[in-house]
Amino acid sequence: MAQPANRPVFAPWLDPDQKPLIQFRNVTKRFGEFVAIDDVTLDIFRREFFALLGPSGCGKTTLMRMLGGFETPTEGKILLDGVDQAPIPPNKRETNMMFQSYALFPHLTVWDNIAFGLKRSAMPKEKIPARVEEMLRLTRLEKFAKRKPHQISGGQRQRVALARSLAKAPKLLLLDEPLGALDKKLRQETQFELMDIQEKTGTTFVIVTHDQEEAMTVASRVAVMDHGKMIQVDTPGRIYETPNSVYVADFIGDVNIVEGRATRKGDDKYAIAWAEGQPEIIASSTERIDQGTKVFFAIRPEKVAIARERPEGRANVIEGKVSDIAYLGNISTYKVEVAGGRMIKAQVANERRIARRDITWDDPVFLSFTDTAGVLLLH
Amino acid sequence: MNRRFSWFNATSLTLGFAFLYLPMVILVIFSFNASKLVTVWAGFSTRWYGELLTNQAFLDAAWVTLKVAVLSSTLATILGTMAAYVLVRAGRFTGRTLFSGMVYAPIVMPEVITGLAMLLLFISIGLDRGVTTIVLAHTTFTMCFVSVVVSSRLVTFDKSLEEAALDLGCTPFDAFRSVTLPIIAPAVISGWLLAFTLSLDDLVIASFAAGPSSTTLPMKIFSSVRLGVSPEINALSTIMIGIVTVGVVTASLLSKRSIARQRAEEQAAVRTT
Repeated sequence: MAQPANRPVFAPWLDPDQKPLIQFRNVTKRFGEFVAIDDVTLDIFRREFFALLGPSGCGKTTLMRMLGGFETPTEGKILLDGVDQAPIPPNKRETNMMFQSYALFPHLTVWDNIAFGLKRSAMPKEKIPARVEEMLRLTRLEKFAKRKPHQISGGQRQRVALARSLAKAPKLLLLDEPLGALDKKLRQETQFELMDIQEKTGTTFVIVTHDQEEAMTVASRVAVMDHGKMIQVDTPGRIYETPNSVYVADFIGDVNIVEGRATRKGDDKYAIAWAEGQPEIIASSTERIDQGTKVFFAIRPEKVAIARERPEGRANVIEGKVSDIAYLGNISTYKVEVAGGRMIKAQVANERRIARRDITWDDPVFLSFTDTAGVLLLH
Repeated sequence: MNRRFSWFNATSLTLGFAFLYLPMVILVIFSFNASKLVTVWAGFSTRWYGELLTNQAFLDAAWVTLKVAVLSSTLATILGTMAAYVLVRAGRFTGRTLFSGMVYAPIVMPEVITGLAMLLLFISIGLDRGVTTIVLAHTTFTMCFVSVVVSSRLVTFDKSLEEAALDLGCTPFDAFRSVTLPIIAPAVISGWLLAFTLSLDDLVIASFAAGPSSTTLPMKIFSSVRLGVSPEINALSTIMIGIVTVGVVTASLLSKRSIARQRAEEQAAVRTT
């Protein structure tokens, strides 16, 4: 999420003096022949809201279960506050987990569910009611304390699960697809609620999700995973604007990928030959790319402008024909066929009402973008 | 659905129920016979029930049976639940299939063989036959039934509930005691009831395992009948039928009511959303 300008930027991962709360050191996890986690090294810092993002089966849940103590690494070490977690069973760890199914105890009331962990902690008995009340207030569940889990709604159950896992004030809270069971509208509201609670309690959150929008909304940093490997770990903004690979660019949001050969044209400018008889695409890259290397030019649809007349003063202009229009209310996506039958998507905010739109199917159009709008990827 | 009265339906119903219940009805009727002759009706009387209460041999047998049933079903429930828990939860380990097969084998094993095997065991380890040996033998053959009932509940049990308990600071035993057990309690109780009834009416295995001073009620009834059916036996059997009927009806009412209550609670939950 974007940080407001008047607040100091929260970026402990850029500060070499900061000690990470969690350290994965060359962690590998195998189930028989299957490699679920492949040599992961990763630092997570205090007060971070860290998202593990990837398709199902990419190993994100296994990584989280290793933090909770439900799986042990086959190789490598996991440190929490500098302490090796391998010999510590789940009930002795300073982490708590919010389960995907919520795993609320059906035979206990909301109140007793929240008090469950406290009764098994070092907290003196007489202090437990106050802590439970505090958690009920934090999650706005005061009215439901006497109810059983099956007597409340899905959204309320989600909040009970959150309150229960936060009650013991863990050093680290693990959230396994915490909003997966909620409908879209409730999910968006709850995302902001989660961020709010994370800020209020100052707890470090690690969240597992396959929903990239959710990860982008809540997280301070996102780790994109695939086949047990960390592909890119960065802030949501950098993941979106400067993905390090075609996989990440494609996984996060919508993107146009154009394959071509790069030729150096100055300090950090490259020309990409992508189709015969077409002007080369001018793009910039801070990386050194050898002459004639195969590259992938990635550009987000909202950075591509579409017009009926040839625009002046743009670094790149490509001619094409509108093949499809997807109207989404707030925005429209134009699928434009360019040389060689390749499709390029351009996204436009619908500032005018639909009847006043001047571009329609089969219209010849000009696509344009600046030389810094896209990124060059090598793989 | 055709709900009209039809002669065919009425006849099938009568025949079926007659086949099932006629013997018992006759037994109950003759338990109230005034005559000493079992098959000759001589008017209504409850004298055999009175005499039953003064028959020390029957009372002793009833006491032994009750003791054996309570002890063995409790032991079988503990052992059977443990076995079910390990077989469902422990995941894959060498010989798991063999173990689960071995737990369930006694269900299909002929009772005569189980009884004989128990007898040989008791003799070879020099255990004097009596109430203890019947309890042991009954525990052995009823625990697999408990195990079947409990494990069928455990396979549908959400494992993350136990993980959540561990995560919140429970030791594995505490997690079982305070989370798993309360949730599977209905299955454990019905396993206990099943073991209790099985023990109550077992004749074959008890005959092998019993000693001279420990005759159970089914054994007593069986041996008395060999000397001729007495009206007292009829009275005793009627009481047993009564006990079993009350037990079964209560159990089914209880479970029906708990289902109805759960449904009402779910509807209440829907209203609040």
